[in-house]
Order: sequence, then structure tokens, then C-alpha cells
Amino acid sequence: MNTTSDVTSRRDGAAVPPIRDTAARRGSVFLSSHPRARLWLLLSAPLTWLVVVYIVALVALLITAFWKVDSFTGEIQIDWTFDNIVTVITGSLYHVVTLRTLGVALAVTIIDIALALPIAFFMAKVASPRMQRILVIAVLMPLWASYLVKVYAWRSVLSGEGILQWVLNPFGIEGPGYGITATIITLSYLWLPYVILPIYAGLERVPDSLIEASSDLGAKSWSSIRLIVFPMILPAIIAGSIFSFCLSLGDYITVNIVGGASQMLGNLVYTNVGTANNLPLAAAVALIPIIIIFGYLFTVRRTGALDNL
Amino acid sequence: MKLSRVSRGVLASATGVVLFLIYVPLMVVLVNSFSTSQSLSWPPPGFTLEWWGKAFQSQGALEAVGTSVQVGIIATVVALVLGTAISFALQRFEFFGRDAVSLLVILPIALPGIITGIALNNFFRTILGVPLSIWTVVIAHATFCVVTVFNNVIARLRRMGTSLEEASADLGAGVWTTFRLITFPQLRSALFAGGLLAFALSFDEIIVTTLTAGVGVTPLQIFILDNMFRPAQAPIVSVIAVVMILVSIVPIWVAQRLAGNEKVVR
Amino acid sequence: MMKAKSIKATGLGFLAAASLIALTACGTSSGGSSAGMLEKLGDNEGQVNILAWPGYVEDGTNDPTVDWVTPFTEATGCKVNAKTYGTSDEAVSLMKTGEYDVVAASGDATLRLIAGGDVAPVNTDLIPNYAGIYDFLKNKQWNSVDGVSYGIPHGYGANLLAYNSDVVTEAPTSWDLVFAADSPYKGKISAYDSPIYIADAALYLMNTQPDLGITNPYSLDETQLAAAVELLKAQRVNVGEYWSDYLKAISALDSGDTVATTTWQVIMNYLAQPTAVKAVLPNEGATGWSDTWMVASAAKNVNCAYAWLDYIASPEANAAATGWFGEAPSSAAACDFREDCDAFNAGDEVFANKLWYWTTPTAKCLDGRTDVTCTDYAAWTAAWQEIKG
Repeated sequence: MNTTSDVTSRRDGAAVPPIRDTAARRGSVFLSSHPRARLWLLLSAPLTWLVVVYIVALVALLITAFWKVDSFTGEIQIDWTFDNIVTVITGSLYHVVTLRTLGVALAVTIIDIALALPIAFFMAKVASPRMQRILVIAVLMPLWASYLVKVYAWRSVLSGEGILQWVLNPFGIEGPGYGITATIITLSYLWLPYVILPIYAGLERVPDSLIEASSDLGAKSWSSIRLIVFPMILPAIIAGSIFSFCLSLGDYITVNIVGGASQMLGNLVYTNVGTANNLPLAAAVALIPIIIIFGYLFTVRRTGALDNL
Repeated sequence: MKLSRVSRGVLASATGVVLFLIYVPLMVVLVNSFSTSQSLSWPPPGFTLEWWGKAFQSQGALEAVGTSVQVGIIATVVALVLGTAISFALQRFEFFGRDAVSLLVILPIALPGIITGIALNNFFRTILGVPLSIWTVVIAHATFCVVTVFNNVIARLRRMGTSLEEASADLGAGVWTTFRLITFPQLRSALFAGGLLAFALSFDEIIVTTLTAGVGVTPLQIFILDNMFRPAQAPIVSVIAVVMILVSIVPIWVAQRLAGNEKVVR
Repeated sequence: MMKAKSIKATGLGFLAAASLIALTACGTSSGGSSAGMLEKLGDNEGQVNILAWPGYVEDGTNDPTVDWVTPFTEATGCKVNAKTYGTSDEAVSLMKTGEYDVVAASGDATLRLIAGGDVAPVNTDLIPNYAGIYDFLKNKQWNSVDGVSYGIPHGYGANLLAYNSDVVTEAPTSWDLVFAADSPYKGKISAYDSPIYIADAALYLMNTQPDLGITNPYSLDETQLAAAVELLKAQRVNVGEYWSDYLKAISALDSGDTVATTTWQVIMNYLAQPTAVKAVLPNEGATGWSDTWMVASAAKNVNCAYAWLDYIASPEANAAATGWFGEAPSSAAACDFREDCDAFNAGDEVFANKLWYWTTPTAKCLDGRTDVTCTDYAAWTAAWQEIKG
């Protein structure tokens, strides 16, 4: 081992400068030998940020669920009560809307996974490297078209005089128009790239050799895919589902634009903040998706999906 | 890999169909940007280049793009720093509460935007008592952009291993030097990809932005939201969308090139 | 070691939780300062933040010929930052942020803003053009409290019934078109997406179910509200979508996705010509709005705010703004600058009094009944969410 004061020479003859005992050097030495210090250095900034900015804000909001608001002026009164929570738990409106929102989120997730799997598989395993690059670009580009513009485009497509109806007219079929179906279609469209990417990344990590070994042992393509590949990419699939499920659960803009007269949980929260000026009730309603999402995240933690995001 | 002809064919056509479905609405947007109709109705009654001309001259649109770019860049930089730090902490160390921290990073993006939005709005205005401004938007964006950087960097760190860094330390390099010369170059493409996604996220975000932007701060999405109210401006919005898509090809392609140089062999 | 760690962790946890609760308890109480009236005008601040209905503050970006903001900025040096909103509820919520200096509020927002301390009384002595406003609009129930004026009247107009004459071949004369239970236009009816629309249902019931005893559509006791809610739930079955933003209403009418709806004249103005969509004022009468320009209590640019109020009350600007939106002007001399005054019954006090202007329902009955408690806006809001389902 070279000591700090030796001048060493490299193979090409140039000299390596002597190591000086500066403050930076001492800092490095300290950090190298104290992993805890390194850890705190790394964690302090982001953790402080996230806790102070996000957690405090979130808790502050959720606490208002236990307060009241003066209905005429909209002023919040710190008057501890369970009223809002009770309203949300017992009101049939909230049951209906929650089930509807869950249904939409699940439908969107299933559709997105079904659409993402073939294209991700093609990109990861079948396409040439050049094609792969083109496909990734092609999949990522729509992310840059504004969310609002895409939803309005779908409004145009789904309209009674839109493209879809125009295509269906010769067959005499009536298009879905605006409503829950339209919402599901649009949301599936919006989140598709977010679902494709983790699955694609997961598939890339599956070595070809495994699949070849499997086919060498006599399995048909479909069996190989089903028995070898699928279990390996399950965490990646679940990671993709987190996006589509969570994003759909709280969305209210898409429903507003293509959902016709329907409401989802996000709308209830939004109208309670905007229309009703009732932040406590909005916070109480907000507890529903928060609890659902927490539940979902905890359930999938085990599968390692969170590492695949 | 060996797949039967049929399987390949099926996959290729499935891919084609999905891509077609992805691009149909974008084609509609493109056509709408040339349409003479001001209310996005289909089929377009006529074609005109009027909106393209107006869009590039629209003061409001250009300012909005500028604001969004500013917010995006600052938020991305902050997210890069925080995300990288957290990735290192979580991948290289074992500590109590590790799972909680990784959950914490995901939360801002997992919880619905409306909740994050009103929580932050409430936080800034009533708890801190600061007026909303461009900085409140930046803070909000940075908070949920951390996760995209985190995902990319931690995936890369897992693949990287620590052997090169240890070798560098053995050879006498300090912590910063090692990071600068050994770790960072390996992370570059992951940082670029994560940063790009973070920027895209910040650029496209609408809900949290409306709730945290001060008066007079008009990022692009708010401009679009405001102008979808105005029939004469609606086609301009279509133009903006088309331009954004086309412009985005460049950074995505660059990200792909960078990633391609370090591909894992199949 | 583990035990020490976990004790420390729980201790920290409690400390964190306790401080969080303390912090938030201190923090969360929204302001609403007591409003003071401006006594004297000072120098213009250079900018003014205005919150208004779409079409009220046009600066030429929408249509280069439609611009009354630029002359204002040139004359006063106040740059205008305008924000539009879709419903009065949004307006109330946005005013609470304290970011706006001026708001154009309809009658269902004004009283809430006054009660919440978000707007200040307006010193009409500082506004020369106030004298030129029609007297029958001044100091009404929705823009003044105990004789103190809280704003400058802007135009007034009705919520009309729009219908597609290609589909609804016989011109309708009644709100039956949107309220009939077995509608041939199922899925193509639309309605305004705000709890205030309940008043429209109440107005219809005033005519079709007179034994309910409704005399003022904003003054509904529990039974009357329940009847209105039932009517609206029946309507819900036929509704394709509700609208609160212009573009939605315009695009739906243009494309034929909506065949009958309540509407504003300005929406009719924006439709792609030639159009089969027409608007009428049905026999039962209509709800309407009479808007007021108000000054925020915490206005940062209060002098520019007063400058705007004076400007928008001047005949030429008032004519431009109300003409564009499609409503009757508030300035008497504005008709010198408009050709369509008669179509909007400008200055017609009798007509103006026939409209049921948006106003906030309160527990104290607006029609004067003292034997019952009326439903307030919170009840209407909850009911509206139930109706939409």
C-alpha cells in the first residue's frame, strides 16, 4: 500500500502528485471510515425536504377533516368533530362513487397491462437494436403532448360527430359517447406509456439464455413465456400497474372532459374544495383514495414491485 | 431469441396496432391545428395555416413556454440532487426505516394530484403564510419529480456495483474525486433519463400546478387550460401540442443513444 | 440494542407527531380581514389582478377587434392580469387566496364574499362613472349591505334555453324541453354544473307544481328542495353531460352532442356559423345574473382597482364589454354605443325585475317567511353532489 507521502510513478512515467493534507482530504478520510456519517449526509437534505414540504402539508390537510367550516363564509373553524368522517363513511353517494372509481382504475389497469405486454415484449425481445430505439422514442413521444390536449383530442374522437362514430357508422354501431366507458378509454390511453416502460425494463432484464434453454428442453414459445418469463416480470408488471391504478384513482379532469355527467372520487374532492369551499369535507373524502393507495402499495411491496418503478 | 414465426408475426402486429392507437388522437390534434373550426369539431370544415402563424407570434404562449421551461429546469436540478442522494442512501446502506423512506419518495406521485395540490396550497398559504409564486410551483414539482430520478439512478446503482469505486479509493482518491471521476460517468445516462422524465413530468403537470401557482405565473399547462376556454385560441393550443411533440424527439433520442452505449447484452 | 433503538424511534415518533399537530393547529385558519373602505385615491400601482367571467376582460388576444383592456392600460398605466372562472363557487374559492384585486361576481357569490370578509365596501364617491349607472341596479340586495355599496353593477342577463332547431323542429316555449322525464333527446340534454342550477328547477316547479308554494326559487324549505332534487334526478337520466366551461358547451352544441341546454348569449355568439342552434327565453321566465365589480379587502393594487371600476362603468367600455358577453348594460349611456340594446331589454326595469337573479340561498328565507328555515347553500351543494351521483 502506498503511504501518503510517497511519490509514486505511473507506468507511463508521469508522477502522481503527492497527497496533501487538506480539509477536503480529512473530510474524505472521515467519511470513508464513518459510513453512518455518509448516510446522514446523503439522507438529510432529501428527507428534510420530503418530510417538511410533503408530509407536513399532507398531515395538515388531513387534520382539517376533523374540523368544521362555516357554510356561509367558508371560514374554517377548529372545532373537533367526526362529522365529516361519518358523512363520508355512511353516505351512499360516497359508496357509489368509490366503487365506480375503483372499477375504473382496475379496468384501466387491466387494459393497459394487456396492451403493454405484447408491445413491451416485442421491443425487448424481438426487435433489432435500431428498431428498439425507434420504438422507445415512439412510445415516449406522446408523453410530451399536453395531458389536456390529449384528453380534448379524445373528446373530439368520441364525439357524436367524431372519428370513432364515423368509422362505426357503416356498421350501424353506436359509439360509446361520453361517459364511464369514454373515461376508461381515455385514461387507458393516457397512462399507457407509463405502464409500457417498467414492463419493457423488466423484460430487458430477462436473459435470452433462459428462454432458449427452455425451448431447448422442448417447451413451445407460449409455454416458455408463460412459465419462465411471466413470473420474472411480475414485479415489473405490478410496478406499471401502480402508475395506472394510482393515477386513475385520483383523476378528475378526464372525467370532466369526456366523462359526461359522471363523477369520480377526484371530482368529489375538487368540488368540495372549489364549489363548496368545504376543505374539511374534501379532506375527509381525500382519505378514501389515500387509504386505498396505501393499502395497494403495502400489498405490492412484498412482490418487489417498488424496486421496479 | 428463438420464437416461432407465428409468434413474431403476432407480436409485431400487436405492436403495430397499439402504436396506431397511440397515434390516432395525436393525428387528430395535428389535423385540428390546421382546421378552420375554432371549437375542435370533427371533421374539420377547412384547412388553414393561420393558427401556426398566430401561435408563434402569441406573446402569451411564448411566455408560458418560457415559464414552464424555467420551472422544469430548476425542479429537475433539485430532483436530480435529491433523487441521487436518496438512491445512494437506499441502495448502499442498511438502516432502520429504509422501507419507509422508499415509500415516502413514491408518495408524492402515488397520491392523487388533487390531494397533493390542495395539501401544498394549504401548506403554503395558511401554514407558512407565503403568497403563491413561481417558487411554490418549483418546490411542488421538485417534490414529485424526485421519484423519477430515484428510480433510474437506483436501477443503475444496482447494476453498477461498488468494485470500481472501491478500487478508486484504494488508489487514494478522495470521496468527491471518486464520485466525480468514477461514479458520475457511470450514472450519467441514468441521470439524463431520469432528468428527462422529471422534466417531462413537470412540464405536463396540471393539477398541482394550478393549485400552487401564483397570479401572473402561467406555465404552459395553465395557459392551455385558460385558452381552452377561448374558442379563438383553442387551435393555437393544438399547434403548441404538435410543436411540443416534435421538439421532444431530440432529447428522447439523445437519451436513447446514451443508454444504448451501455446496454446490457441480451 | 434493538430495544434502545425502538424506544428512541417511538419517542422521536411521538415528538414528531405532537409537533406536527401543534404546527398545523396554529397554522390552519384562513384569513378574512375586516374590510375597510378606501378613503382617497393614490397613485396607480402599475398592475391589477382581475378575476372575472370569461369574456369580461378582453385584451385582443381572443379576437383582435375585441379589446377594451388595452385602452385602459394606456390611459392608467395599470397592466391587467386577468383570470377567468367557470362558476361562482370557483370565484369565491379563488378570492380566498387573496391574490386578486378586483372580482366580477354574480349575485350568488357577492354575499358570500361580503360575509367572508373577502371584499371591501366600495367608495362610490371615488368613481365618477357610478353616477351614470341605472338606478334600479344600485344598492340591491345582492350588492349592498345596510345601504353600503359593495360594488359597481355590471350588466344583467338571463339564462336562456338553447336548442338545436334541426333536431328540435318545433320551437320550444317552455323549460319542458330540458325537464321532461321521458325525453326523446335522452343523452343529449345538458345543464349548468353548479348547485345554483337548483333554482332553475325550482322556477320550473313554481309553474308546474304551484301547490308546493314556492314564491322565490332561492328560498326553498326542506320539502321544496326535496321536490327540486327529485326533478333534477329525473333530469339526470337524460343528461349527456353538465357544463361549467364555455368550450365544452360550445363544442357540444356545435357537434350536436348537446341538443338542448341552458345557456348564455355569449356562448351563442361563439358558435360556428351558420348554426342551427337557437336560444329563447321560455314562458316560465328564467334565472339570470346581475354582476357586480367588487374590490378585494386585501387588494394590493387598490388604486388600479378603482381605476378599473371607473373605466368599466364608463359608457363606451361598458357597451363593449356587455355587448360582447351578450347582456344588458349597466351604464345608461352605453346604448349610444350599442345597436342591440332593445334585444336585451336594456334599461327596462320591469323586465329586469322579472328575472330571478342568482343570489345565495340562506337559512333565513329570502321570501320573508319566518315560520320555516330555508335551505342554505351548503345544503344545495350537498344536494347537487347527490343529484350528479
